[in-house]
Amino acid sequence: RKVSGGAAGLGPVVGGSLNCVSFSSGVCWANSVERKIYIPLNRTAPCVRLLNATHQVGCQSSMNGDTGVIHVVEKDQDLNWVLADGPHPPYMVLLEGELFTRELMLRLKGTSRVSGLAVAISKPSPPRGFSPGLQCPNDGFGVYDSDYGPQYAHCNWTVWNPLGNGLSYEDFHFPIFLLEDANETQVIKQCYQDHNLPRNGSGPEYPLCAMQLFAHMHAVTNTVTCMRRNSIQSTFSLSPEVVCDPLSDSNVWSTLKPINASRKMDPADEVVIVATRIDSHSFFWNVAPGAESAVSSFVAHLAAAEALHKVPDALTLPRNIMFTFFQGETFDYIGSSRMVYDMERNKFPVRLENIHSFLELSQVALRNSSALWVHTDPVSGRNESVRPQVRALVETLLNSSLGVNVTLQEVSQSQPLPPSSFQRFLRARPIPGAVLADHRAAFQNRYYQSVYDTAENILMRYPEGLSPEETLDYVTDTAQSLAEVATVVARALYQLAGGTGNTSAIQADPRTVSRMLYGFLIKTNNSWFQSIIKQDLKGLLGDEPPQHYIAVSYPVNTTQLVQFVLANLTGTVVNFTKEECLNPERAPGADKEMYDYTWVQGSREPNSTSRVPFCVQSTVHLTKALSPAFELKEWGSTEYSTWTESRWKDIRARIFLVASKELEIITLVVGIAILVLSLLATYFINAKAHVLFSSPGDVAY
Amino acid sequence: MTLAVFWGCTCIAFGPALGLCLVTVLRHPLRVIILVAGAFFWLVSLLLSSLVWFIAVKASDPGNKPLQKGLLIFGVLFSVLLQEAFRFLYYKLLRKAIEGLVALSEDGCSPISIQQMAYVAGLGFGLMSGAFSMINLLADALGPGTVGIHGDSQLYFLTSAFMTMVVIFLHTFWGILFFHGCETQRWWEMAAVVLTHLIVSGSTFWNPLYVGSLIPSYLLMFAMAAWAYVLSGGCTRNLLQRLQGQQSETSPQPGS
Repeated sequence: RKVSGGAAGLGPVVGGSLNCVSFSSGVCWANSVERKIYIPLNRTAPCVRLLNATHQVGCQSSMNGDTGVIHVVEKDQDLNWVLADGPHPPYMVLLEGELFTRELMLRLKGTSRVSGLAVAISKPSPPRGFSPGLQCPNDGFGVYDSDYGPQYAHCNWTVWNPLGNGLSYEDFHFPIFLLEDANETQVIKQCYQDHNLPRNGSGPEYPLCAMQLFAHMHAVTNTVTCMRRNSIQSTFSLSPEVVCDPLSDSNVWSTLKPINASRKMDPADEVVIVATRIDSHSFFWNVAPGAESAVSSFVAHLAAAEALHKVPDALTLPRNIMFTFFQGETFDYIGSSRMVYDMERNKFPVRLENIHSFLELSQVALRNSSALWVHTDPVSGRNESVRPQVRALVETLLNSSLGVNVTLQEVSQSQPLPPSSFQRFLRARPIPGAVLADHRAAFQNRYYQSVYDTAENILMRYPEGLSPEETLDYVTDTAQSLAEVATVVARALYQLAGGTGNTSAIQADPRTVSRMLYGFLIKTNNSWFQSIIKQDLKGLLGDEPPQHYIAVSYPVNTTQLVQFVLANLTGTVVNFTKEECLNPERAPGADKEMYDYTWVQGSREPNSTSRVPFCVQSTVHLTKALSPAFELKEWGSTEYSTWTESRWKDIRARIFLVASKELEIITLVVGIAILVLSLLATYFINAKAHVLFSSPGDVAY
Repeated sequence: MTLAVFWGCTCIAFGPALGLCLVTVLRHPLRVIILVAGAFFWLVSLLLSSLVWFIAVKASDPGNKPLQKGLLIFGVLFSVLLQEAFRFLYYKLLRKAIEGLVALSEDGCSPISIQQMAYVAGLGFGLMSGAFSMINLLADALGPGTVGIHGDSQLYFLTSAFMTMVVIFLHTFWGILFFHGCETQRWWEMAAVVLTHLIVSGSTFWNPLYVGSLIPSYLLMFAMAAWAYVLSGGCTRNLLQRLQGQQSETSPQPGS
């Protein structure tokens, strides 16, 4: 997280502002001399330091940035120049995205001749797949350990992410940046070709093209150390210097039948929970497109919620359905562990005893020949009281796929659950539940938690020449497939909640799914999202593809957008004025305890620039998603997630030319010589002034 | 370009001026006052001329490159003329000051002569001019990069330092010449100062062809130095005598 303020170097500030032609309040960028020297790289993403209870992972640079001579590595042999042959270490390596592999990174890590790395994003994505996550995601924080299903712990039975090279969880002592813009990469390569290539057999000559990366991280060692330093600073310092922040945000949840959020649920009431995660991660900070790992699942979930709310007897079902969207699941289940903790301590309206069954949607977009797999927990499946309920759950699921182009199949009953939020609930209590995924054993997703998990990864293709409005509404095959999954889920949930009517009328709307996919994967600033958000949140929508990283300051854009979309799809429009909507206690017929009221800005009138706002009544709530380890101040906890993100002041990158050491020393020597010479000359002239300047007829001193 | 270049360029640009200051000015409080006041006068002249240029630039179209170049040339011209005008104003002020100093002194004689004032005033002008030319370059010289990524010459810092040194010297000699011209009513001396100032400032438009700006400036500097030396009461005979005297001292003399 960036810390604002702080003392910058005085010299450059004083000197730099002198030549700045800007008397207005506009930001004074660089003076003309600085523009002659440096080319800043604007479209980059850094790799930052994350810490958990025992380790630090990520990258670190020196306090005043790391500088190195640029070397472009396009094939493996180029690396020898950097590691052994090159005469001007340290080098700043510009790497093609294809070569960004674990074994190359370990070679770079072991040498001192590398001062930094810039990775050029590879278009198209590497064909063999790339995943910097672990092979066994969230290992040790799920349900399988030495007491519960030891043969399933640590992925002994199934390796979920075989392509995972674990780079995101390595510690590097040099900065690594991602170059997102191909034009900037070309500028760097041009500078390299003009100055850094060897000429006529001899080595390259000065001046050489160099790059400087600034990404100094304040936190070190692990979460225990940095939180302890935080507490010391907060206790004793007048202006505390916090060094790290816990990863936290909010979970979004909503119920089909409204419940009183401030009172606890009756023990006899039962709830069916349907859950998905809404966050992802990649090697680089705030780059987390998460198309297959997160977006596909929560979009299907949202579509199922919309379909269920349209069912006529939804409010008379015997059991309630709770739609839960967990944030922070990528980092050892922050959101779900917090919800379970709150449920155990009666801080949440729903208790663990109220949960009838649990359905989770994992990655569902890359279905191979329309197959969708049902995963259940083998250990609780052997429990005599839970087993029949699990069987009934699976039966319901298999029945719900009749008539839909989805082939539901159950995986082998001795296979463990994939990494999922359901595992945290199982840790607390044996609950019957299932996880739906498009993979039978290993992930179908070859770019799990990487920068390449984008709309292209889930095969979203639009025809050429469509306007943004048309693209928003165009139903791709992916949208159709996710709508089918949502239909299955909605029908299963209806039956699990005790519904007895005909389920064939329950259908998810592919158009809604395609609008959500467009909004969450391509551009959030579209007309539909603009019409469903609050009025004062213009900064929420952008033109770039949105990133779904949990971050440290909340709420992040993804959480807010999921909240607004859920409210729009499951809520009802009520006829309140703005005053009444913002203060529901004054509105007649409003029930502040059961519902949440939001004043949204509405869509634009045709042929007009003004919008028609209205009030939405929904059951959408937010709960805090901060790991219980930070509530309990157990920073070394092995039971709850302890992930924190370091703070930093300045992250930027720039390229420039460096001169040879000889020229610098010559300049210094010439300067000192001139200084000494002039001092001596002045002294002698002054001493002999009476002789030198004595001429008759003129005024003497 | 790192610390070595920073110190090297600082010493090149300000070394001679530092020597002159240390040896001739800093021990005499009156000269210090005149130095600082001179620097201030130059600063005011720069402020006014830059205000005029800034208004002209803001009022014009920033995309029109020939117009911007023309405005820059006009700005330089105006600045040179304004600096010389302020030099004249300072001369007038110092003249008045001498009358005051004479009135205050015990023996009816001013503790400082107008020639000394001329030298110190010129040095003050030069120091402030050099500071404004060089300080922001030095700040950027501290960073790791050197000029050149857009194709400019690598010797940018070095040539700027040498140019600053020559400008400081030139201002000192112009001060001496100008005040002498004002004292003895020789208007052609003042005109020569203005003309050479214009030539030196104009020659900087030859940059990045540094030969075109440095060599004329250094030649002019040596010419001004010789002229100022003659006007200050020195002559070549004394110089040669001094040098010969030194030689005869070093060679062993019989019987002494």
